[in-house]
Amino acid sequence: MSMIVRVKQKQIAELMSTGRRLDGRDLNEYRQIGMEMGFVEKAEGSARVLLGKTEVLVGIKIEVGEPFPDTPSEGVLTVSAELVPLASPLFEPGPPNENAIELARVVDRGVRESKAIDLEKLCLEPGKRVLVVFIDVYVLNHDGNLIDASALAALAALVNAKMPKYEIEEGEIKVKPGYIPLPIRNHPIAVTFAKINGKLAIDPSLEEEQVMDARLTITIEKDGKICSIQKGETGHFSMEQVLQAAKIAREKAVDLRKLVAKA
Amino acid sequence: MPKTEGKLLNKDGVRIDGRKPTELRPTRIEVGVLSNADGSAYIEQGKNKILAAVYGPHEAHPKHLALPDRSLLRCRYHMAPFSVDERKSPAPSRRDIELSKVIREALEPSIFLEYYPRTSIDLFIEVLQAHGGTRCAGVTVASLALADGGIPLRDLTVACAAGKVEGQLVLDLNDDEDKMGEADVPLAYMPNLDAVTLLQMDGQLTIEEFEKAINLALEGCKQLYQLQKEALRTKYVTVKEEEVEEE
Repeated sequence: MSMIVRVKQKQIAELMSTGRRLDGRDLNEYRQIGMEMGFVEKAEGSARVLLGKTEVLVGIKIEVGEPFPDTPSEGVLTVSAELVPLASPLFEPGPPNENAIELARVVDRGVRESKAIDLEKLCLEPGKRVLVVFIDVYVLNHDGNLIDASALAALAALVNAKMPKYEIEEGEIKVKPGYIPLPIRNHPIAVTFAKINGKLAIDPSLEEEQVMDARLTITIEKDGKICSIQKGETGHFSMEQVLQAAKIAREKAVDLRKLVAKA
Repeated sequence: MPKTEGKLLNKDGVRIDGRKPTELRPTRIEVGVLSNADGSAYIEQGKNKILAAVYGPHEAHPKHLALPDRSLLRCRYHMAPFSVDERKSPAPSRRDIELSKVIREALEPSIFLEYYPRTSIDLFIEVLQAHGGTRCAGVTVASLALADGGIPLRDLTVACAAGKVEGQLVLDLNDDEDKMGEADVPLAYMPNLDAVTLLQMDGQLTIEEFEKAINLALEGCKQLYQLQKEALRTKYVTVKEEEVEEE
Protein backbone atom coordinates (compact mmCIF):
# COMPACT_ATOMS: atom_id res chain seq x y z
CA MET A 1 0.00 0.00 0.00
CA SER A 2 1.42 3.36 -0.98
CA MET A 3 2.29 6.05 1.55
CA ILE A 4 -0.24 8.47 0.10
CA VAL A 5 -2.98 6.01 0.91
CA ARG A 6 -1.69 5.61 4.47
CA VAL A 7 -1.95 9.37 4.92
CA LYS A 8 -5.40 9.47 3.39
CA GLN A 9 -6.72 6.49 5.34
CA LYS A 10 -7.60 8.44 8.43
CA GLN A 11 -9.10 11.24 6.41
CA ILE A 12 -11.32 8.87 4.43
CA ALA A 13 -12.54 7.21 7.60
CA GLU A 14 -13.19 10.49 9.40
CA LEU A 15 -15.04 12.03 6.47
CA MET A 16 -17.15 8.92 6.19
CA SER A 17 -18.46 9.34 9.74
CA THR A 18 -19.98 12.65 8.63
CA GLY A 19 -21.39 11.07 5.48
CA ARG A 20 -18.86 12.61 3.10
CA ARG A 21 -16.22 11.20 0.78
CA LEU A 22 -12.80 12.31 -0.39
CA ASP A 23 -13.94 12.83 -3.97
CA GLY A 24 -17.01 14.80 -2.90
CA ARG A 25 -19.55 12.10 -3.70
CA ASP A 26 -22.55 11.23 -1.55
CA LEU A 27 -22.53 7.83 0.13
CA ASN A 28 -25.04 6.54 -2.43
CA GLU A 29 -23.53 8.14 -5.50
CA TYR A 30 -21.74 6.28 -8.29
CA ARG A 31 -18.75 7.70 -10.10
CA GLN A 32 -19.32 8.80 -13.68
CA ILE A 33 -20.10 5.83 -15.89
CA GLY A 34 -19.05 5.53 -19.52
CA MET A 35 -19.99 2.73 -21.85
CA GLU A 36 -18.93 1.78 -25.34
CA MET A 37 -20.48 -1.18 -27.10
CA GLY A 38 -18.91 -3.32 -29.80
CA PHE A 39 -15.35 -2.22 -29.04
CA VAL A 40 -13.88 -5.51 -30.28
CA GLU A 41 -15.16 -6.41 -33.72
CA LYS A 42 -13.73 -9.92 -33.66
CA ALA A 43 -15.80 -10.77 -30.59
CA GLU A 44 -19.44 -11.81 -30.93
CA GLY A 45 -20.22 -9.18 -28.32
CA SER A 46 -18.15 -6.67 -26.38
CA ALA A 47 -18.39 -3.63 -24.17
CA ARG A 48 -15.96 -1.29 -22.51
CA VAL A 49 -17.11 0.28 -19.27
CA LEU A 50 -15.56 3.18 -17.41
CA LEU A 51 -16.48 3.63 -13.77
CA GLY A 52 -14.56 6.73 -12.76
CA LYS A 53 -11.03 5.69 -13.65
CA THR A 54 -11.78 1.97 -13.41
CA GLU A 55 -11.87 0.47 -16.87
CA VAL A 56 -13.10 -2.98 -17.81
CA LEU A 57 -13.43 -4.60 -21.23
CA VAL A 58 -15.64 -7.63 -21.67
CA GLY A 59 -15.53 -9.77 -24.77
CA ILE A 60 -17.94 -12.55 -25.62
CA LYS A 61 -17.05 -15.48 -27.85
CA ILE A 62 -19.60 -18.07 -28.90
CA GLU A 63 -18.51 -21.53 -30.02
CA VAL A 64 -20.03 -24.94 -30.60
CA GLY A 65 -19.37 -27.37 -27.77
CA GLU A 66 -20.83 -30.16 -25.68
CA PRO A 67 -23.55 -29.64 -23.08
CA PHE A 68 -23.17 -30.68 -19.44
CA PRO A 69 -24.63 -34.16 -18.86
CA ASP A 70 -27.21 -32.83 -16.36
CA THR A 71 -28.48 -30.13 -18.75
CA PRO A 72 -28.33 -31.84 -22.17
CA SER A 73 -30.60 -29.36 -23.92
CA GLU A 74 -29.08 -26.13 -22.64
CA GLY A 75 -26.19 -24.04 -23.87
CA VAL A 76 -23.18 -23.50 -21.64
CA LEU A 77 -22.13 -20.28 -19.93
CA THR A 78 -18.60 -19.71 -18.63
CA VAL A 79 -17.17 -16.56 -17.10
CA SER A 80 -13.46 -15.89 -16.60
CA ALA A 81 -11.68 -12.79 -15.35
CA GLU A 82 -8.15 -11.60 -16.01
CA LEU A 83 -6.54 -9.00 -13.80
CA VAL A 84 -4.12 -7.90 -16.50
CA PRO A 85 -0.76 -6.68 -15.11
CA LEU A 86 -0.96 -3.43 -17.06
CA ALA A 87 -4.06 -2.48 -15.05
CA SER A 88 -2.41 -2.00 -11.68
CA PRO A 89 0.92 -2.34 -9.85
CA LEU A 90 -0.98 -4.73 -7.57
CA PHE A 91 -1.56 -7.26 -10.39
CA GLU A 92 0.98 -9.88 -11.35
CA PRO A 93 1.17 -12.19 -14.36
CA GLY A 94 0.20 -15.80 -13.82
CA PRO A 95 -2.87 -17.95 -13.40
CA PRO A 96 -5.93 -16.23 -11.87
CA ASN A 97 -5.55 -15.69 -8.13
CA GLU A 98 -8.43 -15.87 -5.66
CA ASN A 99 -9.44 -12.27 -6.33
CA ALA A 100 -9.77 -12.90 -10.07
CA ILE A 101 -11.65 -16.12 -9.41
CA GLU A 102 -14.03 -14.41 -6.99
CA LEU A 103 -14.64 -11.60 -9.49
CA ALA A 104 -15.44 -14.08 -12.26
CA ARG A 105 -17.70 -16.15 -10.04
CA VAL A 106 -19.67 -13.14 -8.77
CA VAL A 107 -20.26 -11.93 -12.35
CA ASP A 108 -21.14 -15.51 -13.33
CA ARG A 109 -23.70 -15.88 -10.54
CA GLY A 110 -25.45 -12.65 -11.49
CA VAL A 111 -25.86 -13.73 -15.13
CA ARG A 112 -26.64 -17.37 -14.30
CA GLU A 113 -29.06 -16.92 -11.41
CA SER A 114 -31.07 -14.20 -13.14
CA LYS A 115 -31.30 -16.55 -16.15
CA ALA A 116 -30.20 -13.60 -18.24
CA ILE A 117 -29.37 -15.82 -21.21
CA ASP A 118 -32.09 -18.16 -22.48
CA LEU A 119 -29.75 -21.17 -22.55
CA GLU A 120 -32.41 -23.49 -23.93
CA LYS A 121 -32.35 -21.51 -27.17
CA LEU A 122 -28.65 -22.32 -27.52
CA CYS A 123 -29.20 -26.03 -28.02
CA LEU A 124 -28.36 -27.38 -31.49
CA GLU A 125 -28.64 -31.12 -30.89
CA PRO A 126 -29.76 -32.25 -27.40
CA GLY A 127 -27.03 -34.08 -25.47
CA LYS A 128 -24.52 -33.57 -28.26
CA ARG A 129 -23.99 -30.06 -29.50
CA VAL A 130 -24.87 -26.73 -27.96
CA LEU A 131 -23.51 -23.21 -28.10
CA VAL A 132 -20.99 -22.22 -25.44
CA VAL A 133 -20.97 -18.57 -24.39
CA PHE A 134 -17.58 -17.44 -23.07
CA ILE A 135 -17.70 -14.18 -21.14
CA ASP A 136 -14.15 -12.92 -20.61
CA VAL A 137 -13.68 -10.03 -18.22
CA TYR A 138 -10.52 -8.05 -18.93
CA VAL A 139 -9.64 -5.45 -16.32
CA LEU A 140 -7.68 -2.64 -18.00
CA ASN A 141 -7.37 -0.12 -15.19
CA HIS A 142 -8.04 -0.77 -11.52
CA ASP A 143 -9.40 2.12 -9.50
CA GLY A 144 -11.80 0.20 -7.30
CA ASN A 145 -15.14 -1.59 -7.58
CA LEU A 146 -14.14 -4.06 -10.26
CA ILE A 147 -17.25 -6.14 -9.54
CA ASP A 148 -19.82 -3.53 -10.57
CA ALA A 149 -17.79 -2.40 -13.57
CA SER A 150 -17.30 -6.01 -14.73
CA ALA A 151 -20.93 -7.01 -14.21
CA LEU A 152 -22.12 -3.94 -16.10
CA ALA A 153 -19.67 -4.56 -18.95
CA ALA A 154 -20.68 -8.22 -19.09
CA LEU A 155 -24.36 -7.29 -19.33
CA ALA A 156 -23.70 -4.62 -21.95
CA ALA A 157 -21.64 -7.10 -23.98
CA LEU A 158 -24.39 -9.73 -23.76
CA VAL A 159 -27.03 -7.29 -24.93
CA ASN A 160 -24.72 -6.31 -27.76
CA ALA A 161 -23.82 -9.89 -28.72
CA LYS A 162 -24.81 -11.49 -32.03
CA MET A 163 -24.45 -15.17 -32.68
CA PRO A 164 -23.92 -16.91 -36.00
CA LYS A 165 -26.91 -18.78 -37.43
CA TYR A 166 -26.15 -22.43 -36.92
CA GLU A 167 -28.28 -25.20 -38.34
CA ILE A 168 -28.00 -28.95 -38.27
CA GLU A 169 -28.33 -30.56 -41.71
CA GLU A 170 -27.94 -34.34 -41.93
CA GLY A 171 -25.94 -34.39 -38.72
CA GLU A 172 -23.55 -31.69 -39.91
CA ILE A 173 -23.37 -28.20 -38.48
CA LYS A 174 -23.92 -25.57 -41.12
CA VAL A 175 -23.31 -21.87 -40.62
CA LYS A 176 -25.91 -19.82 -42.42
CA PRO A 177 -25.21 -16.27 -43.51
CA GLY A 178 -26.13 -13.49 -41.12
CA TYR A 179 -26.33 -13.14 -37.37
CA ILE A 180 -29.06 -13.19 -34.77
CA PRO A 181 -29.03 -11.51 -31.34
CA LEU A 182 -28.13 -13.63 -28.32
CA PRO A 183 -31.42 -14.43 -26.51
CA ILE A 184 -31.24 -12.13 -23.44
CA ARG A 185 -34.26 -12.03 -21.14
CA ASN A 186 -33.01 -10.45 -17.92
CA HIS A 187 -30.71 -7.57 -16.98
CA PRO A 188 -28.88 -8.29 -13.70
CA ILE A 189 -27.15 -5.30 -12.10
CA ALA A 190 -24.49 -5.62 -9.39
CA VAL A 191 -24.37 -2.92 -6.72
CA THR A 192 -21.39 -2.93 -4.35
CA PHE A 193 -20.99 -1.27 -0.98
CA ALA A 194 -17.90 -0.74 1.16
CA LYS A 195 -18.20 -0.56 4.92
CA ILE A 196 -15.86 2.13 6.18
CA ASN A 197 -15.87 3.39 9.74
CA GLY A 198 -19.26 1.78 10.31
CA LYS A 199 -20.91 3.45 7.28
CA LEU A 200 -21.86 2.02 3.90
CA ALA A 201 -20.57 3.73 0.75
CA ILE A 202 -21.61 2.71 -2.73
CA ASP A 203 -19.12 2.15 -5.58
CA PRO A 204 -15.88 2.35 -3.56
CA SER A 205 -12.80 3.81 -5.23
CA LEU A 206 -9.46 2.01 -4.87
CA GLU A 207 -8.44 4.31 -2.01
CA GLU A 208 -11.69 3.56 -0.24
CA GLU A 209 -11.28 -0.17 -0.86
CA GLN A 210 -7.89 -0.04 0.80
CA VAL A 211 -9.54 1.37 3.93
CA MET A 212 -12.75 -0.68 3.92
CA ASP A 213 -13.52 -3.28 6.57
CA ALA A 214 -15.96 -5.27 4.49
CA ARG A 215 -17.61 -5.36 1.10
CA LEU A 216 -21.12 -6.35 0.06
CA THR A 217 -22.34 -6.91 -3.49
CA ILE A 218 -26.05 -7.32 -4.20
CA THR A 219 -27.20 -8.18 -7.71
CA ILE A 220 -30.71 -7.11 -8.68
CA GLU A 221 -32.84 -8.43 -11.53
CA LYS A 222 -35.10 -6.34 -13.72
CA ASP A 223 -38.18 -7.09 -11.56
CA GLY A 224 -36.39 -5.83 -8.43
CA LYS A 225 -35.66 -9.27 -6.96
CA ILE A 226 -32.26 -10.15 -5.56
CA CYS A 227 -30.48 -12.85 -7.56
CA SER A 228 -27.03 -12.96 -6.00
CA ILE A 229 -25.13 -11.67 -2.99
CA GLN A 230 -21.47 -11.77 -2.08
CA LYS A 231 -19.90 -10.49 1.11
CA GLY A 232 -16.16 -9.95 0.95
CA GLU A 233 -13.17 -8.91 3.06
CA THR A 234 -12.58 -9.58 6.71
CA GLY A 235 -15.01 -7.23 8.43
CA HIS A 236 -18.65 -7.84 9.28
CA PHE A 237 -22.11 -6.34 8.79
CA SER A 238 -25.09 -6.07 11.08
CA MET A 239 -28.42 -7.50 9.92
CA GLU A 240 -29.81 -3.95 9.62
CA GLN A 241 -26.98 -2.87 7.36
CA VAL A 242 -27.56 -5.85 5.06
CA LEU A 243 -31.24 -4.99 4.64
CA GLN A 244 -30.51 -1.29 4.21
CA ALA A 245 -27.99 -2.15 1.48
CA ALA A 246 -30.49 -4.40 -0.28
CA LYS A 247 -33.04 -1.59 -0.46
CA ILE A 248 -30.53 0.96 -1.76
CA ALA A 249 -29.28 -1.57 -4.32
CA ARG A 250 -32.80 -2.06 -5.63
CA GLU A 251 -33.13 1.69 -6.27
CA LYS A 252 -29.69 2.13 -7.79
CA ALA A 253 -30.08 -0.85 -10.11
CA VAL A 254 -32.93 0.92 -11.91
CA ASP A 255 -30.65 3.83 -12.95
CA LEU A 256 -27.77 1.58 -13.98
CA ARG A 257 -30.06 -0.63 -16.06
CA LYS A 258 -31.22 2.43 -18.01
CA LEU A 259 -27.62 3.11 -19.04
CA VAL A 260 -27.37 -0.34 -20.63
CA ALA A 261 -30.67 0.14 -22.45
CA LYS A 262 -29.54 3.54 -23.80
CA ALA A 263 -26.08 2.52 -24.96
CA MET B 1 -44.04 -22.19 -10.72
CA PRO B 2 -40.96 -24.36 -10.23
CA LYS B 3 -40.52 -27.48 -12.34
CA THR B 4 -40.01 -29.58 -9.24
CA GLU B 5 -43.57 -28.96 -7.98
CA GLY B 6 -44.40 -31.52 -5.34
CA LYS B 7 -41.00 -33.16 -5.48
CA LEU B 8 -39.19 -31.24 -2.75
CA LEU B 9 -42.20 -30.53 -0.53
CA ASN B 10 -45.21 -32.79 -0.14
CA LYS B 11 -48.72 -31.43 0.32
CA ASP B 12 -48.29 -31.36 4.11
CA GLY B 13 -45.19 -29.19 3.76
CA VAL B 14 -42.82 -32.01 4.66
CA ARG B 15 -39.43 -31.85 2.95
CA ILE B 16 -37.73 -34.47 0.80
CA ASP B 17 -35.77 -35.79 3.81
CA GLY B 18 -38.77 -35.70 6.16
CA ARG B 19 -38.01 -32.39 7.86
CA LYS B 20 -40.30 -29.50 8.64
CA PRO B 21 -39.48 -26.24 6.80
CA THR B 22 -37.73 -24.65 9.79
CA GLU B 23 -35.93 -27.76 11.01
CA LEU B 24 -32.17 -28.30 10.93
CA ARG B 25 -30.71 -31.59 9.75
CA PRO B 26 -29.65 -33.94 12.55
CA THR B 27 -26.25 -32.63 13.58
CA ARG B 28 -23.44 -34.23 15.54
CA ILE B 29 -20.28 -32.33 16.42
CA GLU B 30 -17.11 -33.60 18.04
CA VAL B 31 -14.09 -31.59 19.16
CA GLY B 32 -10.47 -32.78 19.33
CA VAL B 33 -10.55 -35.67 16.88
CA LEU B 34 -7.06 -35.52 15.33
CA SER B 35 -4.03 -36.01 17.55
CA ASN B 36 -1.44 -34.31 15.31
CA ALA B 37 -3.32 -31.07 14.82
CA ASP B 38 -3.16 -28.20 17.33
CA GLY B 39 -6.92 -28.08 17.15
CA SER B 40 -9.53 -30.16 15.36
CA ALA B 41 -13.22 -30.86 15.07
CA TYR B 42 -15.64 -33.01 13.10
CA ILE B 43 -19.21 -32.37 12.06
CA GLU B 44 -21.97 -34.50 10.63
CA GLN B 45 -24.87 -32.39 9.48
CA GLY B 46 -27.31 -34.63 7.65
CA LYS B 47 -25.13 -36.56 5.21
CA ASN B 48 -22.33 -33.97 5.33
CA LYS B 49 -19.18 -35.29 6.98
CA ILE B 50 -16.49 -32.68 7.43
CA LEU B 51 -13.18 -32.58 9.31
CA ALA B 52 -11.34 -29.40 10.25
CA ALA B 53 -7.83 -29.03 11.63
CA VAL B 54 -5.77 -26.06 12.77
CA TYR B 55 -2.00 -25.86 12.81
CA GLY B 56 -0.41 -22.86 14.52
CA PRO B 57 0.15 -20.14 15.36
CA HIS B 58 3.56 -21.15 14.04
CA GLU B 59 6.34 -19.67 11.95
CA ALA B 60 4.99 -18.53 8.60
CA HIS B 61 6.27 -20.30 5.49
CA PRO B 62 7.31 -18.81 3.15
CA LYS B 63 8.62 -16.12 5.50
CA HIS B 64 7.92 -13.18 3.21
CA LEU B 65 4.19 -13.75 3.70
CA ALA B 66 4.46 -13.05 7.44
CA LEU B 67 2.73 -9.88 8.63
CA PRO B 68 4.49 -7.50 11.04
CA ASP B 69 1.43 -6.73 13.16
CA ARG B 70 -0.66 -9.90 13.19
CA SER B 71 -0.85 -13.54 12.33
CA LEU B 72 -1.55 -14.65 8.78
CA LEU B 73 -4.69 -16.77 8.55
CA ARG B 74 -4.68 -19.29 5.73
CA CYS B 75 -7.59 -21.50 4.88
CA ARG B 76 -7.96 -24.45 2.54
CA TYR B 77 -11.42 -25.82 1.83
CA HIS B 78 -11.06 -29.07 -0.01
CA MET B 79 -13.39 -31.83 -1.13
CA ALA B 80 -12.34 -35.47 -1.23
CA PRO B 81 -12.63 -37.00 -4.71
CA PHE B 82 -15.17 -39.53 -3.41
CA SER B 83 -17.27 -36.98 -1.50
CA VAL B 84 -19.72 -36.34 -4.35
CA ASP B 85 -21.69 -38.44 -6.89
CA GLU B 86 -19.21 -38.04 -9.71
CA ARG B 87 -15.54 -38.22 -8.76
CA LYS B 88 -14.16 -34.76 -8.22
CA SER B 89 -10.62 -34.03 -9.30
CA PRO B 90 -8.48 -33.50 -6.19
CA ALA B 91 -6.98 -30.33 -7.69
CA PRO B 92 -8.62 -27.21 -6.22
CA SER B 93 -11.49 -26.03 -8.44
CA ARG B 94 -12.48 -22.39 -8.87
CA ARG B 95 -15.31 -23.08 -6.47
CA ASP B 96 -12.88 -24.45 -3.86
CA ILE B 97 -10.69 -21.36 -4.19
CA GLU B 98 -13.65 -19.00 -3.76
CA LEU B 99 -14.99 -20.97 -0.80
CA SER B 100 -11.56 -21.02 0.86
CA LYS B 101 -11.55 -17.22 0.55
CA VAL B 102 -15.05 -16.58 1.89
CA ILE B 103 -14.58 -19.06 4.74
CA ARG B 104 -11.30 -17.40 5.71
CA GLU B 105 -13.02 -14.01 5.64
CA ALA B 106 -15.89 -15.40 7.70
CA LEU B 107 -13.57 -16.62 10.46
CA GLU B 108 -10.95 -13.88 10.46
CA PRO B 109 -13.06 -11.28 12.34
CA SER B 110 -13.45 -13.74 15.23
CA ILE B 111 -9.73 -14.30 15.85
CA PHE B 112 -7.38 -12.07 17.86
CA LEU B 113 -4.77 -12.30 15.10
CA GLU B 114 -2.91 -9.32 16.55
CA TYR B 115 -1.78 -11.49 19.46
CA TYR B 116 0.55 -13.46 17.20
CA PRO B 117 2.50 -11.15 14.87
CA ARG B 118 4.80 -12.72 12.23
CA THR B 119 3.19 -16.15 12.57
CA SER B 120 0.65 -18.06 10.51
CA ILE B 121 -2.44 -20.01 11.48
CA ASP B 122 -3.26 -22.71 8.95
CA LEU B 123 -6.75 -24.04 8.73
CA PHE B 124 -7.66 -27.13 6.75
CA ILE B 125 -11.23 -28.15 5.98
CA GLU B 126 -11.69 -31.55 4.37
CA VAL B 127 -15.13 -32.46 3.10
CA LEU B 128 -15.30 -36.26 3.29
CA GLN B 129 -18.89 -36.44 2.15
CA ALA B 130 -20.90 -33.57 0.73
CA HIS B 131 -24.66 -33.16 0.73
CA GLY B 132 -25.38 -29.45 0.48
CA GLY B 133 -24.37 -26.62 2.77
CA THR B 134 -20.74 -27.65 3.15
CA ARG B 135 -19.41 -24.10 3.27
CA CYS B 136 -21.64 -23.38 6.27
CA ALA B 137 -20.86 -26.64 8.05
CA GLY B 138 -17.21 -25.95 7.21
CA VAL B 139 -17.32 -22.59 8.99
CA THR B 140 -19.11 -24.08 12.01
CA VAL B 141 -16.60 -26.91 12.40
CA ALA B 142 -13.53 -24.78 11.62
CA SER B 143 -14.44 -22.29 14.32
CA LEU B 144 -14.50 -25.16 16.81
CA ALA B 145 -11.13 -26.39 15.60
CA LEU B 146 -9.75 -22.90 16.29
CA ALA B 147 -11.26 -22.94 19.77
CA ASP B 148 -9.88 -26.43 20.36
CA GLY B 149 -6.44 -25.18 19.30
CA GLY B 150 -6.58 -22.63 22.12
CA ILE B 151 -6.60 -19.67 19.74
CA PRO B 152 -8.23 -16.65 21.42
CA LEU B 153 -11.58 -15.87 19.80
CA ARG B 154 -14.01 -12.97 20.17
CA ASP B 155 -16.84 -15.47 19.70
CA LEU B 156 -17.48 -18.76 17.97
CA THR B 157 -18.51 -18.32 14.35
CA VAL B 158 -21.48 -20.37 13.27
CA ALA B 159 -23.02 -20.69 9.83
CA CYS B 160 -26.27 -21.93 8.37
CA ALA B 161 -28.19 -21.46 5.15
CA ALA B 162 -31.82 -20.68 4.51
CA GLY B 163 -33.52 -20.68 1.16
CA LYS B 164 -36.65 -21.20 -0.84
CA VAL B 165 -38.00 -24.42 -2.32
CA GLU B 166 -41.29 -24.59 -4.16
CA GLY B 167 -42.30 -21.21 -2.79
CA GLN B 168 -41.62 -22.14 0.84
CA LEU B 169 -38.80 -20.66 2.94
CA VAL B 170 -36.76 -23.48 4.46
CA LEU B 171 -33.82 -23.80 6.81
CA ASP B 172 -30.55 -25.66 6.20
CA LEU B 173 -30.95 -26.82 2.60
CA ASN B 174 -29.69 -30.24 1.60
CA ASP B 175 -28.11 -30.99 -1.76
CA ASP B 176 -31.38 -31.68 -3.61
CA GLU B 177 -33.00 -28.54 -2.25
CA ASP B 178 -29.91 -26.50 -3.08
CA LYS B 179 -29.77 -27.77 -6.66
CA MET B 180 -33.47 -27.76 -7.49
CA GLY B 181 -34.73 -25.03 -5.15
CA GLU B 182 -35.28 -21.39 -6.02
CA ALA B 183 -32.79 -19.71 -3.70
CA ASP B 184 -30.01 -20.38 -1.21
CA VAL B 185 -28.67 -17.88 1.33
CA PRO B 186 -25.65 -19.09 3.33
CA LEU B 187 -24.86 -16.89 6.31
CA ALA B 188 -22.15 -16.92 9.00
CA TYR B 189 -22.64 -15.11 12.25
CA MET B 190 -21.02 -14.31 15.59
CA PRO B 191 -24.02 -14.36 17.93
CA ASN B 192 -22.51 -12.38 20.79
CA LEU B 193 -21.41 -9.57 18.48
CA ASP B 194 -24.42 -9.55 16.11
CA ALA B 195 -21.91 -9.67 13.25
CA VAL B 196 -22.61 -11.21 9.85
CA THR B 197 -19.25 -12.40 8.54
CA LEU B 198 -20.29 -14.46 5.52
CA LEU B 199 -23.24 -13.72 3.32
CA GLN B 200 -23.91 -15.05 -0.13
CA MET B 201 -26.96 -15.73 -2.16
CA ASP B 202 -28.00 -17.29 -5.39
CA GLY B 203 -31.44 -17.81 -6.79
CA GLN B 204 -34.33 -15.39 -6.74
CA LEU B 205 -35.85 -13.63 -3.75
CA THR B 206 -37.73 -10.42 -3.23
CA ILE B 207 -36.25 -8.16 -0.56
CA GLU B 208 -39.10 -9.13 1.78
CA GLU B 209 -38.38 -12.83 1.27
CA PHE B 210 -34.68 -12.17 1.68
CA GLU B 211 -35.30 -10.51 5.05
CA LYS B 212 -37.27 -13.54 6.21
CA ALA B 213 -34.59 -15.89 4.87
CA ILE B 214 -31.73 -14.24 6.77
CA ASN B 215 -33.79 -14.21 9.94
CA LEU B 216 -34.50 -17.92 9.48
CA ALA B 217 -30.80 -18.62 8.84
CA LEU B 218 -30.07 -16.69 12.02
CA GLU B 219 -32.37 -18.96 14.00
CA GLY B 220 -30.52 -21.95 12.59
CA CYS B 221 -27.21 -20.37 13.58
CA LYS B 222 -28.44 -19.90 17.14
CA GLN B 223 -29.39 -23.57 17.42
CA LEU B 224 -26.07 -24.72 15.98
CA TYR B 225 -24.26 -22.34 18.34
CA GLN B 226 -25.71 -24.30 21.27
CA LEU B 227 -24.45 -27.54 19.70
CA GLN B 228 -21.01 -25.98 19.24
CA LYS B 229 -20.83 -25.00 22.89
CA GLU B 230 -22.04 -28.44 24.00
CA ALA B 231 -19.35 -30.08 21.87
CA LEU B 232 -16.68 -27.96 23.53
CA ARG B 233 -18.07 -28.74 26.98
CA THR B 234 -18.16 -32.44 26.18
CA LYS B 235 -14.46 -32.43 25.50
CA TYR B 236 -13.21 -29.97 28.10
CA VAL B 237 -15.64 -30.13 30.98
CA THR B 238 -16.58 -33.81 30.98
CA VAL B 239 -12.98 -34.98 30.99
CA LYS B 240 -12.24 -32.87 34.03
CA GLU B 241 -15.14 -34.37 35.96
CA GLU B 242 -13.88 -37.87 35.24
CA GLU B 243 -10.42 -36.96 36.48
CA VAL B 244 -11.90 -35.66 39.72
CA GLU B 245 -13.74 -38.93 40.24
CA GLU B 246 -10.58 -40.94 39.74
CA GLU B 247 -8.68 -39.06 42.48
